[in-house]
Amino acid sequence: MTSENRKVQVGDALPELRLPPVDRTMLALFAGASGDHVPLHIDQDFARKAGMPDVFAHGMLGMAWVGRLITNWAPQHALRSFNVRFMAITHLGNAPVLSGKVVDLIDRDGERCAKLEVQMANQYGQVKILGEALVALA
Amino acid sequence: MIDTKWIGHRFPAIRWEVEKGRLRFFAKAIGETRPEFIDEDAAKAAGHPSLLAPPTILFSGPLDHDDVPKLLQMLGIDMNNILHGEQGFTYHAPIHAGDVLEFESQITDITSKKGGALELVTRESRVTNQRGELVATVRNVVAVVNR
Repeated sequence: MTSENRKVQVGDALPELRLPPVDRTMLALFAGASGDHVPLHIDQDFARKAGMPDVFAHGMLGMAWVGRLITNWAPQHALRSFNVRFMAITHLGNAPVLSGKVVDLIDRDGERCAKLEVQMANQYGQVKILGEALVALA
Repeated sequence: MIDTKWIGHRFPAIRWEVEKGRLRFFAKAIGETRPEFIDEDAAKAAGHPSLLAPPTILFSGPLDHDDVPKLLQMLGIDMNNILHGEQGFTYHAPIHAGDVLEFESQITDITSKKGGALELVTRESRVTNQRGELVATVRNVVAVVNR
């Protein structure tokens, strides 16, 4: 079910997105593709010197996954805003679980919009990203 | 403590072309396989002028111009002490491959929390395309952990 083919109601859940555990290849690819070359995410030696046990995921990789969750449910042209807070570090081996729900229906700038709460957790239920998005309803 | 005199500081405008190869690479990196993001013919068949840019790729424009290292140097912050605090996008028009975007950014807030142990630097960017249309605004909060 997407936002296009049914009547959207408060409480509707977005189809959950479960992804494979974070590995070093994902981080190397995202460093190159995003342009975020901060060595904490790709160089274990650097990360250890900075006091981290190992490299860890870019926050924006998680936000991109949350973006996939939203645009799987609603057409991207309907996305009006998308805001997140990074709550905790996403470590190697964490398997992202992306979820969201409709929490309100509001009128904004003459458009009917669904307000979504979205999040990324790992396989243990530890929340890594909390966010909200506004999606215009047709 | 970061000097609050920097609130209101405007950065030189950044110009960033949305490239097809970059969009395909980004799609691969985030596991995005839907055709409008990677196959130009499919994107056109779906009514797009070219490949569709995913919602968070706007973060990469300023990054390609080393905005973060420049910010940290200007404010005297150690790279090892920062975390990405918050990120937000407000969208006004679609963005596709071939667009040439301009980012106009400024520091909009610097606040201190936990008795100075945590400082938050907020930047906001206005993003326009080659037709002068506002396509998005971007909000970024860098958290500085003072140890």
